[in-house]
Amino acid sequence: MTIYFTEEHEWLNVEGDTATVGITIHAAEQLGDIVFIELKEPGDSFTKGDDMGVIESVKAASEIYAPVTGEIIEANSALVDNPSAVNEDPEGSAWLYKMKVSDAGQLAGLMDADAYKASIE
Amino acid sequence: MASASPRRTPLYDLHVELNGKVVNFAGWELPVQYPTGIVAEHKQCREKAGLFDVSHMGQVIIRGDNAATALEALVPSAIATLKPGKACYTVLTNDAGGIRDDLIISNAGDHLFVVVNAAMRDQDIAHIRAHLDGFEVTELLDRALIAVQGPAAVDVVSSLAPAAAELTFMATLETELLGHTCRISRLGYTGEDGFEISMLADHAIEITRALLAHEDCAPAGLGARDSLRLEAGLCLYGHDIDTETSPVEAQLPWIIQKRRREEGGFPGADRILRELTDGPTRKLVGLRPEGRAPAREGCEIQSIDGAVIGKVTSGGFAPTLGTPISIGYVAAEHAAPGTNVNLIVRGKPLPAEVVTLPFVPHNYKR
Repeated sequence: MTIYFTEEHEWLNVEGDTATVGITIHAAEQLGDIVFIELKEPGDSFTKGDDMGVIESVKAASEIYAPVTGEIIEANSALVDNPSAVNEDPEGSAWLYKMKVSDAGQLAGLMDADAYKASIE
Repeated sequence: MASASPRRTPLYDLHVELNGKVVNFAGWELPVQYPTGIVAEHKQCREKAGLFDVSHMGQVIIRGDNAATALEALVPSAIATLKPGKACYTVLTNDAGGIRDDLIISNAGDHLFVVVNAAMRDQDIAHIRAHLDGFEVTELLDRALIAVQGPAAVDVVSSLAPAAAELTFMATLETELLGHTCRISRLGYTGEDGFEISMLADHAIEITRALLAHEDCAPAGLGARDSLRLEAGLCLYGHDIDTETSPVEAQLPWIIQKRRREEGGFPGADRILRELTDGPTRKLVGLRPEGRAPAREGCEIQSIDGAVIGKVTSGGFAPTLGTPISIGYVAAEHAAPGTNVNLIVRGKPLPAEVVTLPFVPHNYKR
């Protein structure tokens, strides 16, 4: 199990070819009070960088970007009725998707925890 | 913005001390929120009292015999008959009947006290000066303006300035607060009872700390100010009203009193008086989308058979209601409350209903 971070303030917890994906604590703090989440469906496939859903706070709407190329296996649909859960535990229970990673080579281009921490300071 | 570096209000150091998230707003460094967050600050203001720094707004004094009558050449409201100690909300209109800015004009006895929007202050002052030849028009650059808003605002403000409790909605007086002369007006931009306090910049931090020391008062930022005014159905200049929209379209016919309707004599009177008689072709309405997705500024409004009938001018989430809300202009024939429309959000139609404004009832001290 390895945790990766992206420049779009998302995290991926990778086990085998499956990644659990969410937004970082830093991203949740920057967004502020989250009031709306729109998630894509299991079975949908995305190329790295594609728009993969929307998170809206009181302030603004922001897109969720596919952190790697792959297919959604599971969406955390409980968040749709309880968007504020993402403010409470963005790097834990409020994960957004489980994805099947198509190209493990893309992971090498992502940041580890220390590099991400340095990038937001 | 024309100016390169943003300006700071007299309360800047206090915003930083309170861990406000400072952003550049209309050329001013102001907190969008404090660590409590927009929703908590919004609810604080609806339930108790929120304190906002609105020092970025322009404060202007106009002196001279019959200045109020002269000002009627620029606005459609009755200023000459505004009683001493009373304030009114009005708009500067242009020759096409659009709105140059919205503002508050107070009769302060021996002068008029005017508050205009931050982004418009230079333009407004130049416009007023150009048309009020022979009058003294002074921008007060050494002042702060603090809003205390909410059902407990009267307790907060009158604990330091007892005379404030005697004011009714849209009334104003000069009084002492911690020994400093302030102008306190019972009005605001949240739909709640509340006050705006104009004071010398040098006293702003001392007075703000004293107001915040009251157990029912907490600081609130621009984010909550926007969500509060949207719930209250109050227009934001540059978004819901602008040089194209008339005060009649913006559902502000109440700012044009009987005498001004009979006499005219303000810029754009042709269009505005015609719209008062015949009705405008489009109207500003409230919109309640189904579901949870907010429909924000710029979203197209369509009739249920797919015709484009208007545009959302402000939209977001209403913390008091727990639902999204929007306001926008629609063609007059679609403006009746209960009309079903679609708001186009990210390319998809989102069903919504036209509703009467405000979304949350006003709570003014009449």
